[in-house]
Amino acid sequence: MKNKIIELTQRDTKISRRKLLGGAATAAVAIVQTAEGKNVQAALSQAQLLDDDPTKKLGTFPGKIGTRSSFEQLVKDPSETSSRSPLQDFYGIITPSDLHFERHHGGVPVIDPSKHELLIHGMVNKPMIFKVADLKRFPSVSRIAFLECSGNFRSGKETLRPQEICGLTSQSEWTGVKLSTIFREVGIKPTATWFLAEGGDAAVMTRSIPVKKGLDDVIIAYAQNGEALRPEQGYPIRLFVPGWEGNTNVKWLRRIELSDQPFMTREETSKYTEFVNGKVRQFSFDMDARSIITFPSYPQQVEKGWIEIRGIAWSGRGKVHKVEVSVDAGKSWQIANLQEPILDKAHTAFRYLWKWDGNATEIMSRVTDETGYTQPTLKQLVEARGESNGYHFNPITAWQIKPDGSVLFKPESFR
Amino acid sequence: MPSLMGILLKSLLVFPLVLGLLFSTQNYTPKQSSHFSPADTSQVPSSFGFGRLATQTEIDRIDIDVRPDGKGLPQGKGVAAKGKLIFATKCAACHGAGGIGGPNGSLVHSQVDPTKKRAEKTIGNYWPYATTVFDYIRRAMPFNAPGSLTNEEVYHLTAYLLSANQIIDSSFVVTPTTLPTVKMPAQPLFVPDDRKGGPVIK
Repeated sequence: MKNKIIELTQRDTKISRRKLLGGAATAAVAIVQTAEGKNVQAALSQAQLLDDDPTKKLGTFPGKIGTRSSFEQLVKDPSETSSRSPLQDFYGIITPSDLHFERHHGGVPVIDPSKHELLIHGMVNKPMIFKVADLKRFPSVSRIAFLECSGNFRSGKETLRPQEICGLTSQSEWTGVKLSTIFREVGIKPTATWFLAEGGDAAVMTRSIPVKKGLDDVIIAYAQNGEALRPEQGYPIRLFVPGWEGNTNVKWLRRIELSDQPFMTREETSKYTEFVNGKVRQFSFDMDARSIITFPSYPQQVEKGWIEIRGIAWSGRGKVHKVEVSVDAGKSWQIANLQEPILDKAHTAFRYLWKWDGNATEIMSRVTDETGYTQPTLKQLVEARGESNGYHFNPITAWQIKPDGSVLFKPESFR
Repeated sequence: MPSLMGILLKSLLVFPLVLGLLFSTQNYTPKQSSHFSPADTSQVPSSFGFGRLATQTEIDRIDIDVRPDGKGLPQGKGVAAKGKLIFATKCAACHGAGGIGGPNGSLVHSQVDPTKKRAEKTIGNYWPYATTVFDYIRRAMPFNAPGSLTNEEVYHLTAYLLSANQIIDSSFVVTPTTLPTVKMPAQPLFVPDDRKGGPVIK
């Protein structure tokens, strides 16, 4: 049967490709049916022959942009204020740019890069304006690092995916110019200790950041994963502040003002602060170490036997030192394998090979970073802070494995 | 023409020399937090000459921030009575009548709901600086018409919200001089994060 189709295709090489895709392919089936009779027809329908076997159908031609397979349904989970990355659908450590989480305070603006300017002023020797093209002329840097919203925690029911629980973290390779390079160009005064970063969106969002961090590793980024930033990520330029809470990574950056004190903006006073033992903790910049098992997780199904437990771990204070996995509800812990590269302030993939015996259990992971900090339980966090709400919640996440192979989140009551 | 083998051999000879130069001439210790290569910081001119100087007019056009010490406040003044009227037309739809209970959150501190462990965060019980109220309203409000209020309207609204939260008297005139003197009840609660990593859970 195969031979016949090939013969026909060879005979008709002079006809157009379009014609071949339509008319000739149908004819092939007709010939097959005539030559080989009813047996073939019964075993393999015409529809199956054409649709199920990609070797029997000419594919699409090269295109201008690639597209995700129609079999892959990767989508963010949007609300009015944010949109969460589908962590359970990812492999490796790079978040596809169109699936990077979103959080903004006045919508995504449309900005013409040829008109956009960055003003740097305040306690500087030379207040200056840089066009996007100017910024691209400076020496560039690239680094792979995570970006996480400090409000990245949800609980409350069993049917939550990693996406809902902590989908406000994503990872990209960011490219841009070091802020220290720009600071050098404008000549910041030695007495400048803080700077204000302001966005050019409808929220004109602002955050104060210590100059020390700006001189260390902050980037004015214009590219993400090899192309210009996505509009949702701050096109044409954003601040990228490695390891620090997402809100400080001001998008659509239009202004930087050097100062000798913080500006006490709305975001850093009334919003991204948290009650801790009767006080309000402010400027909690570093993202605490965290990990989550993304496979198996809700709503996936598992089968008895070998399962490779997979997940990601990260810390805003440095590299991941180790990840431990428990397959007996936290009674015992085993070291997971870390996948290279293990980068500073970056999602790091881990895996642990487990033979499931089919009995109900709970699986979970915990990370220890290079400062010696180990991801706590929710109970530890609540006890330490005397509060059960607020930002910077990074608890161990447990998944319940049911005897039927279903996987459910384990919500812990803590309010 | 040099043979391919010749080029390869030369490369092999030169490569270690280049490496040696790179690492022997610099006492560079990469910091753990930095991913930038040693060569990145060498031979950088004192100025690249990219970009242009900003004029004072260009700065003033977008320099809208206000600091707790009042730096950045424009001329103008506001009183609660006028702010109340503006609030009713431009703000109440999102923040509730009188600033209580709207879909986008209360701004005015009210009776604590006894069923909740903690009251909703409002300007009255949570915002540490009065200047932030002015800064934020002017920068981003109303949500559906951001930046549409005049400085005078922002002063009136600031006076109203502080007065409704019983932080200032209804007769208090908010000006660039008086606003920084307003003490907010929550301010003493604020402490900077002092965590530095390590085994302690805080």
